[in-house]
Amino acid sequence: MAVLIIADHDNAHVRDSVNKTVTAAQKLSGDVDVLVAGKDARGAAESAAKIAGVRKVLLAESDALGQGLAEAFQALVVPLMANYDAVLTPATSQGKNISPRIAAKLDVAQISEIIDVVDNDTFVRPIYAGNALETVKSSDPKKVITVRSSLFKAAPDGGSAAIESIDAPAAPAHIHFVSQEVVKSDRPELAAAKIVVSGGRAMGSSEEFKRVIEPLADKLGAAVGASRAAVDAGYAPNDYQVGQTGKVVAPDLYIAIGISGAIQHLAGMKDSKVIVAINKDADAPIFQVADYGIVSDYKVAVPELMDALTAAGK
Amino acid sequence: MKVLVPVKRVIDSNVKARVKSDQTGVDLANVKMSINPFCEIAVEEAVRMKEKGVAEEVVVVSIGVVQAQETIRTALAMGADRGILVQTDADPGPLAVAKLLKAVIDQEQPKLVLMGKQAIDGDNNAVGQMLAALLDWPQATFAYRIEIAGDKAKVTREVDGGLQTLELDLPAVITADLRLNEPRYASLPNIMKAKKKPIDIKEAGSYGVSIAPTLTVVKVTEPPKRQAGVKLENAAELVSKLKNEAGVL
Repeated sequence: MAVLIIADHDNAHVRDSVNKTVTAAQKLSGDVDVLVAGKDARGAAESAAKIAGVRKVLLAESDALGQGLAEAFQALVVPLMANYDAVLTPATSQGKNISPRIAAKLDVAQISEIIDVVDNDTFVRPIYAGNALETVKSSDPKKVITVRSSLFKAAPDGGSAAIESIDAPAAPAHIHFVSQEVVKSDRPELAAAKIVVSGGRAMGSSEEFKRVIEPLADKLGAAVGASRAAVDAGYAPNDYQVGQTGKVVAPDLYIAIGISGAIQHLAGMKDSKVIVAINKDADAPIFQVADYGIVSDYKVAVPELMDALTAAGK
Repeated sequence: MKVLVPVKRVIDSNVKARVKSDQTGVDLANVKMSINPFCEIAVEEAVRMKEKGVAEEVVVVSIGVVQAQETIRTALAMGADRGILVQTDADPGPLAVAKLLKAVIDQEQPKLVLMGKQAIDGDNNAVGQMLAALLDWPQATFAYRIEIAGDKAKVTREVDGGLQTLELDLPAVITADLRLNEPRYASLPNIMKAKKKPIDIKEAGSYGVSIAPTLTVVKVTEPPKRQAGVKLENAAELVSKLKNEAGVL
């Protein structure tokens, strides 16, 4: 069996989710290839070639692939699947956008957001916002799978796979890229950060969110997250959202400040290694999943935490 | 323009799903069921298109058990014009749903399919994309803003790290994300009016589409529970625990 991974990348590098998806793919097969599709994406292909366990890297470049158009990915990947038994994509917004199209064209089910591989046909995936885990067995001849990469360990670097350029398909008709606004940040990427500091509705305003959450995140070298309530209230931009409808994260340390812990938020962070909750409501559900809790107003607790971190040499 | 909005009947988003003790699935007996929240957002957007004169007709389709008529009525009370129930007691997976929807679309010939990005039961996030592929239509998933101008739709999408704007030639499939709009509450007169709007009931088998599943559920289990930890007195104690006990600082 041979497996193809569709890489998530920024053209210069593949993202950490690809290293993690390689680990998932290796549970299916030793023959793991990575497809880097983009524009001026040789850097990303080179970084994919360095991942230990990757057999070969395919590089396809065009404007439409660089723009991430699902129609272009479908046209590229469906013919490639003659050579593969499974295609794995990290379940990022881009992975979710393209993978079902490929499944439908191959006339197979998609196995969405797997968190474990039981055997070559059997997979575990969360349903109902992570309130249940479903083990499914596929009878399809080819598997189309998206991977919740935060649940797999990153494959280390150390490989030296060959890079093979392949032809990109013609630009798709009926869809045109207009623009992309990317939020620039010096902080680590939310989905890959080792530490995440998240703020909730208790912040009360976007100014307060910035004043409280950002300095703490920067002191810890952490990414900034937010609850859906905080995002909906306009205190934080939508790409900060951690939860069922936002990003699913599993950092070493997750610090939830003024977040009550709605089911939909817990679905996005409950697999973190260590969870800290700071909330003035002692009955907030977040304390039921937190390893360490401080029942206190964040206005008191966060400055104290900043001082304690400074005292500890942070 | 005719807009077709697929809707799904799911467990109410405020109800916690409980796994059955025999591990065959989630217990839905005597549980409050509602329209899937993302479907509701899609209905709201379609109704707003109608109110602006961009859409002439909003047709709601649900695939599922006979009680899914209630879900269609919810959409009709919000302002949709008529409903189609493709009735089946099977629980078709995303690909089967996409194939049935394609069969409905071949008959209805809408200019736009507007639907939720994902149902909150299966959490697959797949039907819209699969439907677009089967129809060979362009797609815009995770819509944050939609503008229709003539035969084109300009859609701003929520993507990792920001927003992307695409222009699609209609017909097209657009899937709604959370921030596209805030759905209205149906007024009592509109709920009463919705009772008189037509719902066409069709047997899923009548479309001649194979919906036999290729994914079978082996078991459904509870996720491992996290144990509540300790409450600490102050931040100094927290930093010491994180450093010395948890080893994450």
